[in-house]
Amino acid sequence: MTQYLLNINPIAILVHAAIPLTIILVYALVAIWAERKVAGFIQDRLGPMRVGGWHGWAQSIADLLKLIQKEDIIPADSSRFLFKFAPFMMFAASYAAFAVIPFSSSYIGSNINIGVFYLLAVTSVLTLSIIMAGWASNNKWSLLGGMRSAAQLVSYEVPTIATVLTVIVVTGSLNLMTITEMQSGNDILGFLPNWLIFQNPFLLVAFVIFFISILAESHRVPFDLPESESELVAGYQTEYSGMRWAMFMLAEYADMLLLSLLGATLFFGGWNSPFGEFMSGPFWSFFWFMLKGLLLVFVMMWIRWTLPRYRVDQLMYICWSILIPLSFINLVLVALWEVIF
Amino acid sequence: MELTTILFYLFSIVTIGAAAVMVFSKNIVHSAFALMFALIGVAALYVLLYADFLAATQLLVYVGGILILILFGVMLTSLGYTFNFRTITVNLVPATVLSTGAAVLLIFAFVTTEWKITEVAERPDTVYDLGMMLMGDYILPFIVAGVLLLIAIIGAILMSTRLSAENKGGT
Repeated sequence: MTQYLLNINPIAILVHAAIPLTIILVYALVAIWAERKVAGFIQDRLGPMRVGGWHGWAQSIADLLKLIQKEDIIPADSSRFLFKFAPFMMFAASYAAFAVIPFSSSYIGSNINIGVFYLLAVTSVLTLSIIMAGWASNNKWSLLGGMRSAAQLVSYEVPTIATVLTVIVVTGSLNLMTITEMQSGNDILGFLPNWLIFQNPFLLVAFVIFFISILAESHRVPFDLPESESELVAGYQTEYSGMRWAMFMLAEYADMLLLSLLGATLFFGGWNSPFGEFMSGPFWSFFWFMLKGLLLVFVMMWIRWTLPRYRVDQLMYICWSILIPLSFINLVLVALWEVIF
Repeated sequence: MELTTILFYLFSIVTIGAAAVMVFSKNIVHSAFALMFALIGVAALYVLLYADFLAATQLLVYVGGILILILFGVMLTSLGYTFNFRTITVNLVPATVLSTGAAVLLIFAFVTTEWKITEVAERPDTVYDLGMMLMGDYILPFIVAGVLLLIAIIGAILMSTRLSAENKGGT
């Protein structure tokens, strides 16, 4: 791998690495606008309508320009280095994880064999950056938010990993590209695509557990306790302003996309077209992959504006008493299904 | 200089520098975050040795697990909420003697050992080989480690339930 890196042009490496970054940035602009429109429509109002003409499409761009102009305030009693470093580390962790996501049948950042495992390992740094931000702010709300986030992420990592493990039991590979390639074709009941979610009834259960866990991992309502606006004043983000705060927002949306794309890869066939050979190929596979990922992101937004927030004890109860036992039983059942059929 | 050599020195400096900050920092939370940089640096060095699985495990277990628990533990104590959670030095003389002894031993071992230097072989499939070895030649240590962890988990659960039962009786 290292030898391979030395032989190619450094500019080529940069371009190769910048593709996911471009996708994340464009997606974040659209997703923040979409979030507000979804919120508006669910609450029977219009959402942003003014900037740019058609349905306020330029609202995110205007917000971004405003954030760039804002003063960068650092609290006098904060731990300066950690305070400044935390937002960048958070974004770096979620961006680094995009390296193993197969965006299309012909593009993947790094085709390493430990794909999913690497992704889970790198995203665990996210928790640490939230604790860092919460502690360095020297603010009780921030610290509470950081601690809640640590407890929540450490707990919900267990059901996430257990459900990812069920997929690995079926596919026998950690490489996300291989997992996707194994799901191509339309053989189930004659017309359904060979996606893992249709292959095995227990994998459907696994997907439900996985989706609940990734809601908690990306701090979305009903599990947004680390940053609950109404009680913790945005938690670990309280003291941040301007572009540093924007980095947190970007990282959060990138994390949503990352986990949704992971879900799409593991359960919904990744870049495979739902119609077999029809509309497949490098460009269309990118289209299908992003469509699946963005649909899951849309469901996350839909849930955010529909459900109320859980209490901390309910959050822990759901994880340790329901999701973890269920995911382990499910893992055994999937393994049995694979042995029998 | 080759790119890998530059990367090796870069990550070594990060690791050693972070370790020094960790040891000499007066603030325990700063030490914990410095430990994070040291652990990430070691993970990067593993990658340079083609041990990708080990690097990811290092991140997942040490950075994503143990370090978060350390920070969580520090912040749960009443002093964690204040900013001045400081470390103090105790047992200055015995600690100096012991650490000097350990340093001398390590340096002696490093100088006298005949290190076998080989080119690192590129492995296309580390996980597969690792899994085969764990399930084949090294099955006994693997199972013993698993049982040990199970005992530790059961012990932790027992201790926490006993403590909470006592608290309920007390209030």
